[in-house]
This record gives sequence, structure tokens and C-alpha cells, in this order.
Amino acid sequence: MFGYYLNLALHSLKRTPILTGLMVLAIGLGIGASMTMLTVLHVMTDDPMPGRSAQLYTPHLDPLPLDHKRRGDSPDPTDDMTWPDAMALLKAHRAVRQAAMSGGSLLLRPARADLRPFYVAGRYATADFFALFGVPFERGSGWSAADDAASAHVVVLSEILARKLFGTGTAVGQTVHLGEHDFRVIGVTADWAPKPLFYADQTGTQYSDADLFFLPLSVAVDEKFQVNGNQSGWVKGDDNSLTSANMSWLQFWVQLDTPAQVAAYRQYLIDYSAQQKALGRFQRPPTNAKLYNLMGWLAHENLVPNDVDLQLWLALGFLFVCMVNIVALLLAKFLRRGGEISVRRALGARRRDIFVQLGIESALIGVAGGVLGVAIAQLGLWSIRQRPDDYAKLAQMDVSMLLGTLALAVLASVLAGLLPAWRACHVPPALQLKGG
Amino acid sequence: MQLRPILSTLRHHRLTAMLLTLQVALTCAIVCNVAFMIASRIADVSMPTGIAESELSTIQSTGTDLHQNAQALHDTDLAALRAIPGVESVVAVSSALPLNRNDSFGPACPSRQVFEQAMRTSSLFKGGDCPLSSFYDGTPGLLNTLGLQLVAGRDFLPGEYTAENNPHVAIISRALADKLYPGQDALGKVMILGGNALQVSGVVATLARPELHGMGDGYASVIMPQLPDSTSEIYVLRSAPSDREHILKAAEAVLFKVDPTRVIDPDQVQTYSQIRDAYFQRDTTMIGLLIASALGLLFVTALGIAGLANFWVQQRTRSIGIRRAIGATRGDILRYFQTENLLIVTVGIVLGVLLAVLMNLLLMTHYELPRLPLWYLPIGAAVLWALGQLSVLSPALRAAQVPPVVATRSV
Repeated sequence: MFGYYLNLALHSLKRTPILTGLMVLAIGLGIGASMTMLTVLHVMTDDPMPGRSAQLYTPHLDPLPLDHKRRGDSPDPTDDMTWPDAMALLKAHRAVRQAAMSGGSLLLRPARADLRPFYVAGRYATADFFALFGVPFERGSGWSAADDAASAHVVVLSEILARKLFGTGTAVGQTVHLGEHDFRVIGVTADWAPKPLFYADQTGTQYSDADLFFLPLSVAVDEKFQVNGNQSGWVKGDDNSLTSANMSWLQFWVQLDTPAQVAAYRQYLIDYSAQQKALGRFQRPPTNAKLYNLMGWLAHENLVPNDVDLQLWLALGFLFVCMVNIVALLLAKFLRRGGEISVRRALGARRRDIFVQLGIESALIGVAGGVLGVAIAQLGLWSIRQRPDDYAKLAQMDVSMLLGTLALAVLASVLAGLLPAWRACHVPPALQLKGG
Repeated sequence: MQLRPILSTLRHHRLTAMLLTLQVALTCAIVCNVAFMIASRIADVSMPTGIAESELSTIQSTGTDLHQNAQALHDTDLAALRAIPGVESVVAVSSALPLNRNDSFGPACPSRQVFEQAMRTSSLFKGGDCPLSSFYDGTPGLLNTLGLQLVAGRDFLPGEYTAENNPHVAIISRALADKLYPGQDALGKVMILGGNALQVSGVVATLARPELHGMGDGYASVIMPQLPDSTSEIYVLRSAPSDREHILKAAEAVLFKVDPTRVIDPDQVQTYSQIRDAYFQRDTTMIGLLIASALGLLFVTALGIAGLANFWVQQRTRSIGIRRAIGATRGDILRYFQTENLLIVTVGIVLGVLLAVLMNLLLMTHYELPRLPLWYLPIGAAVLWALGQLSVLSPALRAAQVPPVVATRSV
């Protein structure tokens, strides 16, 4: 029966090519516009660490004094951690893995004569960083906790930076002059940058950034290296040194494998805060301590710009108008076929049969519109990729979005066909035969 | 023209007509709001900075030699840059320039009393009586090089420049002068900036801030006779607009000749047009998308109107023939379809205008958009009326061509 209906539908669509074309175009435009925006939103809110994100958590403490007031739109100091707190959490070692980190830009003086000195952005971190995030290495490895303790001058380079500095030769074992100090290269990472760079401080462009070097946090603190991102102090007259207990600037991530570990760690944060409060350092309730999982933290940071949000609503509104358009056109088309429908009804077709037949016709328009929609969405995404915006380069359609586009198109057109088909299958047979 | 036959046909096609009306209403509502967003973004993107942007280019240099004397280096650099053919003037600033996002700002209080009052009530950073203002510094000649227009007072005197952090005079933007001293002459007044007293020695017409914290206070700026005192600085070069590209290349070479150890980030060698484009990049992306979706919507609605009218003309060929046979002229038939369209579109527009206002209220609560000016509504209505009439024209003309003899044929 399906084959017969398909045949009927094709025949009917071919009879009114202009109207069919209009409907396909309308659904294609609507689907194309909304899928373009949905894809942008999809890549922006996508999991930056598939397979690993469920085990990654970031603890947050509240060391602020009771009378602290945030100034206007300035960043929240409790988004970051102070040096003493980060060191205490590291030493307690209550998670499977834990690492403290911060971003920084350092002057790099290449040994090669043909390269001028330049500034390069990277990460100061503690030893677990690489295992915690599963950073892939091309050569060598990260450093050990002993290196952290000894403030060893070692560095891990990204593949891009290693190639720039040492060409195709091996970088491991070489010396790099970074921030006016010599560092021994102990590893080269493969091309690696989660998008967004979720572990970085939220100021900055997280969708296009990547770390080009990694070196021990203790070295950065000892040498007073420059730190990127927020450094929020809350005590007037404090020295605001990196090791101050009254300035937050570090990011902290832990790995917790089981719900029991998560619950235990949450409790540990509260206990730690209570202990600090008893010591007089913290003033606020210990229950202010929070533990976010990775996706929860991204939601908290809300990286999606308002504009992208607005564009999505606009695109969905557009799709809705296109659907109303198609409902009207299908209604006109189906009702005009009253004669044909009456004949089929008089010959014994049930209402349900008519309904299915017209539904297949709508779905066929949806499939054609979906194909056109994919093409239009590709064009839209291509034009977005030409933009210099931070997230623009990511705007690519993956298989799930591609299938989603087709499914949405068929769903939209079948939905649009429901009302017209329902109206049409209620045409009384006798009346139409007489009139025809 | 009689409305009754039209109304009776429309009643017959009630549901289809209602759907078309709904489509027109939604299109009207969305297009009005989108047009408003486009207009406000265009206003943002084309906001004046008060400086001669088309003639300016900038180059940032960072010294890596810690023992360098900043002032001596700037003097040598400036002399070398000035010698480049085509360079009309050049100054050094430490970091802040309009729209370059290197903003350093703080509360500017109109007097010592207001400052102390604000300190007592700890409302110093809340705006209010001490508006948050951006600070600009630079070497002598800043006003001329940037092309700022002095509307009162005078430029800084050579003796007023200082390399320490203790300037005594300042030139402020008119926007800030009006805010600090409404209805008074700002010249000679002493304002308090971060605890320092600064006498206002001049007022410039317009000077935008490095970052426009909401458009309202994007112009509160203070220039101080403060010499950049680190070896990281931005050189601002003024030249003919067409010379800027090659002057930037020459400037980079000249600066490396003076001090080969410095770092110049290639991304920070740019004409002012590039600085402006980078600042408003998100808005320009958004303007493009908004225009595309508004045009797409209007296009789909025009398609819908034309498609349906086309269909109705086909369907009613016989009745058109009968009407022609009993005396209706071609004009009558044409006007019949035009009036029918006018009716549908008008009802749609009435609904659409209401929807547009509702949609704007919704957007205002979620996206901090301003209120939709009411004059957008009649313009949106006119656009949709015109669109409706244009789309129905071709089917209506076809209908008018139906010969009366059709009435005698059986379909």
C-alpha cells in the first residue's frame, strides 16, 4: 500500500510543480536557518571532553569576608581559588587526581637567530594536570609531584610551538628560554585544546584559545611570572602576592570516579571550610563550598553569548512562519482534490487511508525540503565560518546534526500536513461527486 | 467595489485565509522587531569616537630589556617614526585608545566634598555623583595627532607633562563635563580622580572610551598630561588614509632598527579601521544575520501569498468567467483579487502590530533591549501592504485575462 501511496503522492506533486516547489523552498529555508543556528549552539554547548567529562569536577570555596560586596559587573572572586586553599586541597589528596592551574603569557627568546622574541600563552599547572585531562603526548611526558616540590625548571611544549622552535628535530631534551629563565623540554603534547578551554579562567576567548606550553605552577609562583585572568583580592592593603590568602586566581580540577567519591569530596569541602572558619580565616557558612561537574560548570559560566541565543529564537520563529505557510498551501491543495478524494472514498477507501495517503505526500515534501535545508544550512555555516568571531571556526555540522536536520524537516512537514489531511479526509463522498 | 462577494468567498476558505493572516501577522511582528534590532546595532557600529580614525594607525611595541629608560626610548622611537615619509605626526600612549578595549577607569568626582561623601557611604564605584571615567595618557601632541576637537580651554603646556604619577591638570570630554558640572563652566574646576586633584584645563567635543560600557556612558573620558612610563607602549601615527598600510610596514622596520630586542605582536600592528572592525565584529555578524532572516521571512511570506493567490485563481477560473460574462470588466477582476489580499493582509497587520509590541516586551525582559519606537509599526505595516499587493499582482493579472467564454465551457 505504501508504494501505491508514494506513487499517488509523486503524481500529485508533479501535477502542481510550482506549488510543490514553493512548499519545498519554504521548508528548506526554514529548516536551513534554524539548523544553522542550532548547529552553532550545539558546538558551543558541546562536551569539550567526551568520555572524560563525567569524572571531572571543580571545587569552589568561599573565603570572602562577610561584608564583601561585588563591584558592579566585576567577576566573582569565588570562581577562582587562593594559593593556600589550592595547596591544602592538593596536599589532602582526597580525589583520584587533582590539579591546580592558571594561565600566563611569557616572553620566549628562541635560540634560532631567524626568530624574533615573542610572547606565548600557556598554563602553569601541578603534576596531575596531564593525567587528569588525558593530555596526549607525542614525545616524552609531564613532570612529577617531586618536580613540583622542587620547582624544577621543566616545560612541556605543544606540538605547534615545538615545531616552530625546533623544526622537525626532536624538542625533548632541548632548552627553552621562557620568561627570562631556562627550561628543559621534557615532553611534547599532540595537538590538544578542548573547546571551550573549560579549565581556563573565564575572561578571554575560550573557543579559540589553546595552551602552547605547560610548566610547574610552583616555578611560576617562585619566579613571580605574569598571570592571565582575574586576580581578585579582597583585603585593602594586602600585598596581593600570588601566595596571599586574600586573593583568588587559581583554577582547581579533580577527578572523581564514583558517586560515593563525589559525595565524600563534597563533604570534605564543607569540612575544610568549617575548619578554616574555626581558624578564623573563613567567615561565611561552610555550606557555601560548591562542587561543580564539568558540564554544570560550563552552564554556570554561561559562555554562549546572548546574541547566539537570540539568533536561535529568531531562526525558530522563522521556521514557525514557514510551517504556517506550508499548512495554508497544503490545505488549499488537498481541499481542491475533493473530487479525487470523493471518488476514492466512494470506491471504498477509509478515512484512515486518505489520511495516510496525504500524510505521505506531506512527508515527501519534507524530505525534499530537508535536503534543500541541509544545503542551505551548509551555506549558512560556511558564511559563519568566514566571520572572525571566536566560536566561528567551530561551526561544522556533524552526522547527528545532519540526520537531525532531515528528521526535523520531515517532522515539520508532517505536522504541517496533519490539519489539511484531517480536513480533507472528512470530505463527504456523495456531495463532491455530484458537484464535480 | 463590493466587499460582500469577497467576504463570502473568504468565509468559504475560512481556514486557509486565517492561516495566511496568521503568517502575515507573525512576519509583521518579527520583521518590526528585527528591523529595530538592525537599526540599533547599526547605530552602535557607526558611533563616533571623536578621533580622526581614517587617518590613524597604531603599532604596539613591548621592550624586553629591563634596564632601558622608557622616556629616552620613546624620544628616540618618536623621532625615528616622525622621519618616515608620509607621517604627519606621531605620539606614544601607554595602552588606552578609543575602542581598543585597554580600559583603565575609575570614579571622577566633581569636588573634594563629593569624593569624601562617596567614600563615607562607600558608593564610590556605584556611578552616581562620581561617574566612572576612562583615563588616557600620552606624549605631547596627543590632541593634534588624534584629531580631537577642543571646544573650551587649552591644550596642555609643555611644563605640565610628567613621567611620575602626579599630573595636576586634565582635559575632559564634553559628555563628562556635562555630567560633572551640569549647567556650569567646567574650566578651572578641580575634580578628584583616585584621590588626586586635577584642574580641568580643557574640554574636547567627543572622546569615546576604550570600552563602551553600555552606550549611555561610553563617552566619559579624561586625558592627563602623563607620559607613558614603561617600555610597553602604543605608537599612534597620523597620515593620509591611503598611506597607512605602507607606513605601518615602515614603522615596524624603523622600530626594530632602533631596538632589535623589542617584541611587536603582528596582530597589534593595525589601522584604526581594523580596531573599529574588531571592536564591533559581533555586531556586524549579527547585523548580517538579522538582515538575512528578515529578508528570508518577507520572501517566504511573499511566496505564500503568491502561491495561494495563484491557486485560488486556478480554482475560480469558471466563476471568474461567469462574472466576466455578466459584465465585470478586467479591472473589476483585478481589483477583486487585490481587495481580497488587502483584507487578509490588513487583518494580519492589525494582529501583527499587537504581536510586535508583545514580542518587544518579551525581548526587553530577556535581552535588555530598549522599547520598540512606535513609528516602526506603521512602516512595518506599509512594507507588508506593499509586499502583499506585489505578490498578488501577477496571479490577479492572470485572473483578469480569463476570457468570458470560459463560463460556457464545462471544466
